[in-house]
Amino acid sequence: MLHSLLQLGDKYFMWNEGPMIWTSDVLIVLTSLGIIGVLTYLKRWNWLWKEWLTTVDHKKIGIMYIIAAFAMFFRGGMDGLIIRAQLAVPNNQFLNAEHYDQVFTTHGTIMILFMAMPFIIGLMNIAVPLQIGARDVAFPYLNALSFWLFFFAALLFNISFVIGGSPDAGWTSYAPLAGPFYDTGVGENYYLISLQITGIGTIATGINFLVTILKMRAPGMTLMKMPMFTWSILVTSIIIIFAFPVLTVTLALLMFDRLFGAQFFSVTHGGLPMMWANLFWIWGHPEVYIVILPAFGVFSEVVSTFSHKRLFGYKAMVVSMVAIAILSFTTWVHHFFTMGAGASVNSFFSFSTMLIAVPTGVKMFNWLFTMYKGRIQFTTSMLWALAFIPNFLIGGLTGVMLAVAPADYQYHNSYFLVAHFHYVLIAGTVFGVFSGLYYWWPKMFGHILNEKIGKWAFWIFMISFNMTFMPMYFLGLMGMTRRMYTYPAGLGWGPLNMIETIGALGMGLGFVVMVYDIVYSIRHPEKDLTGDPWDGRTLEWSIPSPAPEYNFAVIPEVKGIDAYWMMKHPKGQEPEPTKAVDKSKIRPIHMPNNSYRPFIISVAFFVAGFGFIWQWYWLGIPGLIVVVIGLFLRSFEYDDEHFISTEEIVQTETAAGRL
Amino acid sequence: MQFLRKRWRAVLIFALSTLMLSGCGKIVVLNPQGPVATEELHLITWSFGLMMIVVVAVFALFAFMLIKYRAKKGSKIDYQPEQEGNRLLETVWTVVPILIIIALIIPTIKTTYALVKPPSTGTPVVIKAVSANWKWMFQYPGQGIETVNYVVIPANRPIEFQLDAIGPMNSLWIPALGGQEYSMPGMLMRLWLQADHPGTYVGRSANFSGRGFVHMVFNVIAKSPSDYATWVQKVKTTAPAMTMADYQKLTAQNVVHTMTFSHYIKFFGPRNNSMNALYRAPNS
Ligand code: HEM
Ligand SMILES: [Cu+2]
Ligand SMILES: [Cu+2]
Repeated sequence: MLHSLLQLGDKYFMWNEGPMIWTSDVLIVLTSLGIIGVLTYLKRWNWLWKEWLTTVDHKKIGIMYIIAAFAMFFRGGMDGLIIRAQLAVPNNQFLNAEHYDQVFTTHGTIMILFMAMPFIIGLMNIAVPLQIGARDVAFPYLNALSFWLFFFAALLFNISFVIGGSPDAGWTSYAPLAGPFYDTGVGENYYLISLQITGIGTIATGINFLVTILKMRAPGMTLMKMPMFTWSILVTSIIIIFAFPVLTVTLALLMFDRLFGAQFFSVTHGGLPMMWANLFWIWGHPEVYIVILPAFGVFSEVVSTFSHKRLFGYKAMVVSMVAIAILSFTTWVHHFFTMGAGASVNSFFSFSTMLIAVPTGVKMFNWLFTMYKGRIQFTTSMLWALAFIPNFLIGGLTGVMLAVAPADYQYHNSYFLVAHFHYVLIAGTVFGVFSGLYYWWPKMFGHILNEKIGKWAFWIFMISFNMTFMPMYFLGLMGMTRRMYTYPAGLGWGPLNMIETIGALGMGLGFVVMVYDIVYSIRHPEKDLTGDPWDGRTLEWSIPSPAPEYNFAVIPEVKGIDAYWMMKHPKGQEPEPTKAVDKSKIRPIHMPNNSYRPFIISVAFFVAGFGFIWQWYWLGIPGLIVVVIGLFLRSFEYDDEHFISTEEIVQTETAAGRL
Repeated sequence: MQFLRKRWRAVLIFALSTLMLSGCGKIVVLNPQGPVATEELHLITWSFGLMMIVVVAVFALFAFMLIKYRAKKGSKIDYQPEQEGNRLLETVWTVVPILIIIALIIPTIKTTYALVKPPSTGTPVVIKAVSANWKWMFQYPGQGIETVNYVVIPANRPIEFQLDAIGPMNSLWIPALGGQEYSMPGMLMRLWLQADHPGTYVGRSANFSGRGFVHMVFNVIAKSPSDYATWVQKVKTTAPAMTMADYQKLTAQNVVHTMTFSHYIKFFGPRNNSMNALYRAPNS
């Protein structure tokens, strides 16, 4: 009896794997009990359910995205530190190959799909409706569904660590290595199915923001008068709509191989393993632009705001983003120049890849010249944006070097490549979301993040980042390949690796200081009473901080780019009252109702996913049935909206000092 | 003062040169040992040079903006909040990058086409390099011999590696001699390399292929033509022929030491399933 119990424990909970798993088990149980305990003690269950779990308010959804992204940053960061601990010295035996493979796989997958994506989607949730003068997104219910799908997909992916084992074929999950023959066990199923679930949410987000931006702009805001961040999200949404369905199909095909014995990517029976690489990167390259363009959008806002000057070359910025979006679908082969596609194909993709550098360069110079004849103010948000310029430049230019196909034969799969994509992803996306976080935090919570602690976090993180990733370029040229779990002494790789590990610890410290900044600022809030702490330019700064539920008591009239700046600095006319709301224009506001269904549907997805991962169809199929029932019920829901009365609006606005 | 400065310069030169000597000696990609790696290095340095132009321009502009236009209390710097663009400048920074790309793509395409041809006019040696579940097998069809986890080549002759795989994809990379190429099951690929001098170079698999991937390291031993001929002769006469047991061990998923065979068994099983291979009769 005891024996068979232990066997079950080994099979499902991997108790035979030793203290790391046991510790995690204990920690997870304790944390869950702690959260449940605190919520019960504070009688907060009802509040949690009513205010958060069932909300369809884009601002709250944005906040939840960002909280989840922070948690995933922590998880992915721990993976990164474990990787660096293992590689600190030659011949290290801290991890074995099997564990190391799992750790770099979960690191990459989590950082891109469960950290960068939700962080960006969080920021766009918070900022886009406010920037275009809308009261919510086009489909608030769908928006909540997107969030919960992501949330439960992330949960599903993470529990693989303690239930059944993590995936271990790399975040690129190349077949046939990730196919059923070489990768037995459930780890890879976790990868396929959790990405599938979050991918559905992302497609919905793409559609949602495309429609929101196209249909819900305030009167007067033509496309060419939109804030640049909103532009970046419009373009990103379009890329999502074209790229993510490819991921959906790709994941589904490999899932058929693994669960149902199909042969799409097998070597025997006419499968095409190379097809995986093609499909993966047809999604994968656009994906890197999905995570960078919104960051570009943030930098455009932040650089212009803190230079107290208009964005330089607005039109060029838009055109170059559109160009990048189109080109991003024409470069995927540069991820496998070494797969023997032939000289002509490689030449073509070298060229198309290099071309992307042109619009990217245009944007770079536009940011630089936005500062020209401005008044640069070094806030924490601005520091992140400024640091982006030189650091991302290094990443982008080494990208161009990688685009030289014959040279790439020497860089490919080496640490040179690892350095490149961290320089673009961290100096681009991560600096971008941090910049955006400091920038929009007051709008989210009504107080400013402490600048002094924030700057400490910035400097520690930024310097450590360079210390971690700069040596990787050299290690690559020294012949060190990526995904090696250990390396011999005598090749001269030791010292650089040690420097990197110290750098990684520094980045960890920087992250901790930033979290401390958040905690400190919540406990000692420096209130933003004006709603416009940075002398902002776009509409989100025209309303109180934090933004009221309905965002705009009266929808503003837009007269040009930087709508709010123009209200504050009218040319020739009397200054318009910028803060006060015209009481006579207040009408009852039509708002969507909260709904518990997105949460329930996502739980059902989670259960179904778990069932399919273990091939327990008695669990998976009922889970899917619940999903379908949820969708069906939604289709027949007619009473899903309410009005906020004029009195209530007047009350809220008076409290905010606007009336 | 003057003295101090001189001394600093000496220290700097000393530091740099030791760094170059100790460090760069180990930067294998920057120390090519054959024509392919040399040609690739030309592209690397050329692209690096072009990129440095951009780095210098952007860093200089960046520093200029930050120093000149930082907000100072009471200063009356030139402040033009409504300035929004400049045709000429925008044209310049669109056209110059395009020129840089043209300067880069031309040699890129030339070299891309050049590298699919033999690097020199000597008679090529054909070596079939098979990645087989965490080991490299090198078969010499012309000589009928096989080495495992090391390969011997004649210096100064083009080597045609024909890449094949049993099991997941790997990538054959000998950075001292040139860039890599994938080895894929069921798809023969070709990689031309050549060593200028006799010597020993490290090769490894660059593409992750599972738990044993790190162990797919091998030495490439380049010998003078006469030494090479002697070596082939010696293998033919002294090494054992591959037995069915050896074959099974080699195609299974495991890590092995170096081995040498005077005769090899051609691979005959389905390529992603080394176990199935055992159930079929050899056809050689
Ligand atoms: C100037 C623009 C860029 C160019 C020319 C460029 C070029 C390249 C090339 C040629 C590769 C493949 C190298 C190889 O596998 O050997 C690559 C890989 C990669 N790049 Fe970029 N890139 C650029 C910008 C970006 C951006 C903006 C991001 C993300 C924010 C990014 C993320 C990545 C990632 C994640 C990989 C490799 C992923 C993997 O193999 O796991 N790149 N880039
Ligand atoms: Cu790419
Ligand atoms: Cu192939």
